[in-house]
Amino acid sequence: MDDLLIARSLFGTTMAFHIIFATIGVGLPLMILVAELLYQKTKDQDYVVMAKRWTKTFAILLGVGIPTGTIAAVQLSLLWPGFMQVIGRIMPLPFQIEIYAFFVEALFMSIYVYAAERLAPWMRIASLVLVALGALASAVLITNVHAFQGTPAGFRYENGEFLDIDPWAAFFNPSFLVTAGHVALSAYVVGAFVVGSVAAFKMRKHARGSRVYLFHQKALMLSLVVGGIFAFFTALNGHASAQYLHEYQPEKLAAAEGLFETQSHAPLAIGGFTDPETHEIKWAIEVPWALSFLAGNSFDTVVVGLNDFPEEQWPPLFVHTLFNAMVGIGSILILIPILVFIWKKILKKKHYPKFMLWIFVATGPLAVLAMEFGWIFACTGRQPWVIYRILSTAESATTATNLGILFILFITVYIILGIAVVLVLLYFFRKNTEMDDIRRAEKKGTPLFSSNS
Amino acid sequence: MADALIAITVLWGFVFIYAVMATMDFGAGFWSMVYFNKEKTKATNVANRYLSPTWEVTNTFIVALVVALYSLFPGAAFTLGTILIIPGSAILLLLALRSAFLVFSNNAKEYRKPLTYISGITGIIIPGLLISVLPITQGAFVDYENGGANLNLVGLFTSPNVYAFIGFAISSTLFLSSLLLADFSKASQEMDAYKVYLRNGKILGPVTLVMALLIMLTLENEAGWLYDRMMEDFLLLGISVAFFFLVGIGLYGSSPFQKGVQGMPRLSVVAATIQYLLAGYVYGKAHLPYIVYPDITIQSAFTDPNSFRAVFITYIVGFAILFPGFFYFWSLFMNDKRYLRQKG
Repeated sequence: MDDLLIARSLFGTTMAFHIIFATIGVGLPLMILVAELLYQKTKDQDYVVMAKRWTKTFAILLGVGIPTGTIAAVQLSLLWPGFMQVIGRIMPLPFQIEIYAFFVEALFMSIYVYAAERLAPWMRIASLVLVALGALASAVLITNVHAFQGTPAGFRYENGEFLDIDPWAAFFNPSFLVTAGHVALSAYVVGAFVVGSVAAFKMRKHARGSRVYLFHQKALMLSLVVGGIFAFFTALNGHASAQYLHEYQPEKLAAAEGLFETQSHAPLAIGGFTDPETHEIKWAIEVPWALSFLAGNSFDTVVVGLNDFPEEQWPPLFVHTLFNAMVGIGSILILIPILVFIWKKILKKKHYPKFMLWIFVATGPLAVLAMEFGWIFACTGRQPWVIYRILSTAESATTATNLGILFILFITVYIILGIAVVLVLLYFFRKNTEMDDIRRAEKKGTPLFSSNS
Repeated sequence: MADALIAITVLWGFVFIYAVMATMDFGAGFWSMVYFNKEKTKATNVANRYLSPTWEVTNTFIVALVVALYSLFPGAAFTLGTILIIPGSAILLLLALRSAFLVFSNNAKEYRKPLTYISGITGIIIPGLLISVLPITQGAFVDYENGGANLNLVGLFTSPNVYAFIGFAISSTLFLSSLLLADFSKASQEMDAYKVYLRNGKILGPVTLVMALLIMLTLENEAGWLYDRMMEDFLLLGISVAFFFLVGIGLYGSSPFQKGVQGMPRLSVVAATIQYLLAGYVYGKAHLPYIVYPDITIQSAFTDPNSFRAVFITYIVGFAILFPGFFYFWSLFMNDKRYLRQKG
């Protein structure tokens, strides 16, 4: 591998690993908040127990999420110094403001966990709201840098020089809201379905109707409702994102849809593979005219194909598959909660057969996969640029060589952390079962949140 | 020029805050490991009581520092990024292991000992690597080939000055954290732990001072320009040493308000912080205008004026909003008897 490819692989691995924790770290606080609010409304102790157990999970995941986030932040300047040189000049605000969001999250997370028993209920909820807001703001702000990479704004670029720099215009670049919205909404989808996955898995293991089964059933319902709603909003937002691509980065949309010829009444290719030799899409189901309609709300919309661009500026063609997988999983995640609603409310079924529980178990990993696919699509779909039509990835990379050994070391550490965090979670929740926490919650005056044995 | 000076002052402020908080953080992790088997003194409990809620906040400062560096001085990004790739990656790898295992050790009781050892040992190496960034920016180990800067690792690891810095970082980590934990355990009324940390402070204070002198001795040889400029502020260095003796009074003297208890650890913590602030100021001032000697100066690396103004405003607004949060945090964990004097 050449050094550029190793640098990309190293940073890609860091991000692929970090975003699992980062995304759950945005999604989980919302679930905790919903559980706390449901408790205030229903006074059902189970919701406090959920909040406690998810908070513990969140705190343990932060043990990996925070250091890998630190790695991502610092590695940006170690591996892509040319990129940070430009970003530091033009687009410093999101990183800068993200620091404050990060502080808010860190301060109030500690307060929520380590001072829970000393806080008035309203203050506990206020702390939790600040944690959730801090996490959300971090995600939105970091994504803003990604948005800027696709739709750079706030400067004039002439003869290799950046003139008339306006950092706030860069901050409010055209795709900021739609891109950041996509990341925020999909983080809530991931958070909800990951919770639902665990709940369904536990339901399988306990007798139908038992105390623990019912506890997890409440958690499952909560996550299906939250997950379904946000999956729907993510899809609406995804549609808007695609229209932005049509307007601002047409070659990315063309690669995502496997479109080579510029045309009106363009067909939508679902599935299949883009053949790099013959420049056509194979084995796909083609919906006539649909792509034109999706891109511009009318069948006459001319969608630009890849053939209009020089081949060295094409994104890699496999992004079509990533894009399809993301959309496909997203659609399944909208469908499942609807089917459950029909099953429960219209067919009036009381129980879920085993195979349904297995489907629920699959939703969490699927949501994480969709998020990874979407992110790889978003970043490789921008290649060969790191800042669209301004700075190429190759120009921005470090001139240091022998990155291979670093790549191996980082992968090793990620493997160690990945295995360790799973083991710690399993260990902790085996030592502190649902029943332990339910009993603690029922006994007044015993600490629940700081309980930890 | 004035703007670049303000910017470097902000940046150096972050360096100082992180340095102090990180030494206390890594030191507390190390002490928590050392006294693991001496349950009676509660020295480990006190260290963990300090560490558990604070490590995330401390960690945020290193990100704040890095972000401040490349948003205020993007012109330094390319050179710094390239020469720091090896030490920077080493720091990141150790930091990842350290933070993760610190959290894990609090959540898997039966495996607490090995997990605490991993976080304690990795944690005490990190300050040594972090401080190596300073001698690297002194320029002697940066080679310029084919237009790019490269770090001369052999030169770096054979330099007495670098080792003096590393020794200083590690002893400072242990020294400052002892002072802080002495104060923290006194406030927690854990008198056994208090005695342990007070004694550690008495031993490590002189060691740290010797390390600081070793830095100056080796600096004269290896970066004469920096040494000469530091010596121009000899008076401030002297005052800094005077504060060190004030730390000693805090350790050996007894409080006029509290009979029968040796030591005034809060005086020591405050005096030591001022001592480091003064010494850090003298070093930083002598280093100016260079970020990386002799090629990168604060003027050549400075950001666009519009961006600087925007970033500076966010600093003022951001920290104004955050200040009550920090204060509330402090009052809950550093100043609340219910937290400090809990059992276990």
